[in-house]
Order: sequence, then structure tokens, then C-alpha cells
Amino acid sequence: MKKQLTLGHGLILGAFCLGFGIVLAFSDHITVEDIAARALEDRLNSLAQVIPASIHDNNLVEDATVMMNESGKEITVYRATKEGQVTGLAYEIFGVGYAGKMKLMLGIDAQGKILGVRVLAHKETPGLGDKMEVKKGDWILRFDGLSLENTPLEKWKVKKDGGMFDQFTGATITPRGIVNAIRGGLEFFEANKAKMMDMSATRPKMDGAQTKEGH
Amino acid sequence: MASQYKTIVKDGMWENNGVFAMLLGLCPAMAMTGTATNALGMGLATAAVMAASSMLVGLFRNQITQEVRIPVFILVVASMVTLVDLFMNAWMHELYKVLGMFIPLIVSNCLPLARLEAFAGKNSALPSLADGLFMGLGFTVALTIIGAVREIIGSGTLFADASLLFGSSFKFMEMRLLPEDTGILMMILPPGGFLTLGLLVVGKRILDVRAGKAIQMGGAHSAA
Repeated sequence: MKKQLTLGHGLILGAFCLGFGIVLAFSDHITVEDIAARALEDRLNSLAQVIPASIHDNNLVEDATVMMNESGKEITVYRATKEGQVTGLAYEIFGVGYAGKMKLMLGIDAQGKILGVRVLAHKETPGLGDKMEVKKGDWILRFDGLSLENTPLEKWKVKKDGGMFDQFTGATITPRGIVNAIRGGLEFFEANKAKMMDMSATRPKMDGAQTKEGH
Repeated sequence: MASQYKTIVKDGMWENNGVFAMLLGLCPAMAMTGTATNALGMGLATAAVMAASSMLVGLFRNQITQEVRIPVFILVVASMVTLVDLFMNAWMHELYKVLGMFIPLIVSNCLPLARLEAFAGKNSALPSLADGLFMGLGFTVALTIIGAVREIIGSGTLFADASLLFGSSFKFMEMRLLPEDTGILMMILPPGGFLTLGLLVVGKRILDVRAGKAIQMGGAHSAA
């Protein structure tokens, strides 16, 4: 008797699991395309901020390649070309801030000069460490046009450390992390220039894992 | 019948308010109330989940046996949250970009589960729907008030970026009440959330005492 009861409860729970499983599977099915499209839009929007539309005539996402960065993490390098010539590159760089990792998108031209940098994700203190967001100030625009060639290596520091970049009032660790990340990103380009600009490198699969990463 | 719904509305919005009376769901009440806009968005998403899951449980209350009710309730809440997450990501993407990482946390908010156990498991679908909805709206109002207080004192704005969430026709909601850089940073950080919540709970109790009501301490216990 008792055994039968237990079985009954199990069946009820199982029936609910099955029912909701079906509902969820169906919902996933009808939203999956829209979600992928939104993720792609997000990606193109963040790329458009660091690679001006005027310098390329290709689809940045289609002409991307995957590489290992200096810390062994796989990053996607988006490549801008005009009439087949590489005119710009954009890739994610990482810095360590006051409250953990910060993710940035760096856009450079074929000579390694910065076209634009934007912070994609961070956990810095609101009101203190978030002045590197472009909607909160133009600090991050300070880097446009700089390169390792026109700015000596020892200048790639915040002013407090003897460099040329302003720190924020009350926050030095965040700008220091960003300056380091950008310098590292430029050095990465110097070291891997040939491979990054090699357009014959096969295009990676742009699957779900790739597009989901934006969140 | 009408009086039953009146009680449901009053309970949800004031008497038994999820945050100010029962002190449930404090994780989102702290994490998402840095600005009134985020608080409002999070509250509405929670209300949608609560209304849908309460109605479903009310509908199937005779099939859900006592022994398996808790796993079934959690299953219902988790499924509703997943649905909101998927639909919002696909069709309300701007809102999703702000709230996205907090939506899954609704599952761990004990307020929906508490209402399923205390109300929806014992009532039919319609009153359950009303209970879930108004408990959710009461939660929304509570979050928005906390968010508004923190945002005004912390950043000097009110409903900043509301147009980003709800569309450009809501631009009128965005206000700057204090000059820039006068905000007290602590109010946006976690301590500000606890301070604001504590003061608002005290405020509600004072109003209740003035109205001659006995202070309700039993809310959370009768629900659990």
C-alpha cells in the first residue's frame, strides 16, 4: 500500500516535469532565432564603436578568426577589410580592476594605431570606478590615435605611476588596469601581426557559445 | 467574493507586503534597487512570474499531492522564470541587457514560493492569480520606493535611463533632482540598501501603529 502511494507521488511529479519540459522546449524553439539575432546585433553595435563603418566594406563577424591571447584564452579577432585589404582589427582585451576582471573591446588600424576602446563589462564601484564607461565621461576616448610607436612604453601608465594618463578622483586601480590592458593589447598585435592580418585563416564557426558570450 | 479580492489587494500592497511586512525577497530588494528604473523592471518581471505560477498552482492544486508539493512549486516557479528569461531576451532585449543576469535569481526569491505554499495551494485559479499579481505588484512598489530613495540621494536622479528600458515615450520619467556629483555614494552601495530598507520598514510600522493596528510580525511565519 505504502509503496503504491510513493509510486503515485513520483508519477505526479514526473508528469509535471514532463509537461513543463515540453512547454520550455517549445518556447526555446520559438525564441532561439530572435535571441541569436539580438546577440549578433549587440556584437555588431559594440564593434561599430571601435571600428568606424567608413574604413571597411566587409562583415566584421564573418571575417573573424579565433586566436589564443598571451594568457592562453581564446579570443575572437574581428577583421575589417576594404577591397580585400585589412584596414582594422578589433578584439577583446582584459584588465584587472578594483573589483575583478574588466572586459574591453580594442579597435586598431593596420598600423597598430587605436581607433577606439570601449569597456564591455566590469564590476567597478559605481560613481568612482565607472568613469571609463563612455556614457559617464570621455576618459576612454583619450586613447584614440595612440600607438606603441607614437607613445613610448614608459608613458603607458597613469600619472601617479609616472605615465601620461589621468587617474580618476578616488580611483587609481581601475584606470591602471585599463591602461595595462590596452598596452597589452597593442603588444599582442605587435607580436602576432602577421597571423592576425592573414585573411586566408579559416573562419571559425559562429555557434551559440560564441554569440552568447556577450552577456 | 468581492471582499475576498479586496483583502487580497490590501494584503499584497500594504498589510502583508512582501518586502515591508514579511521581509521576504530581500536579495533582489538589495541588489536591484540602485536606481528606481532597475527596481521597477525587476519588480515587474517578478510580478509576472508570481501571477503566472500562482495561477498554475491554483489550477492544479487538486492534482498536486501534499508530499510532492514543494518540488512541484519550485518546478513551476523555475519554469516561469525560464519563460520570462527567454521571452525578454528575444523580444525586450534592451530591458534584458539590464535585468538579464538578475532574472534567474527570481527562482531563489522566496516570495513566489511562499505565496504558492500559503495561498495558491489552497485556492482556485482566479483568486490565486490575483494574489500572485498583487503580491508581485506590492513587491514592485516596495522595490521602486527603495530604488527611488537610493537613486535620489545617491545619484541625484530619478528613473534615469527609463527610456532605455521602456521605450523613448518614457523619456519624461527621467529626472535630475540634484546637481551632478552631489550624490552620496554610500546610498548606491549595499549599505545604502540596508539603511533605506530599515528606515522604510520602521516608517510602515509607525503608520500602522498610528492607525491603531497591531504590528504584524506573523506575516512571514504564517506564510512559511
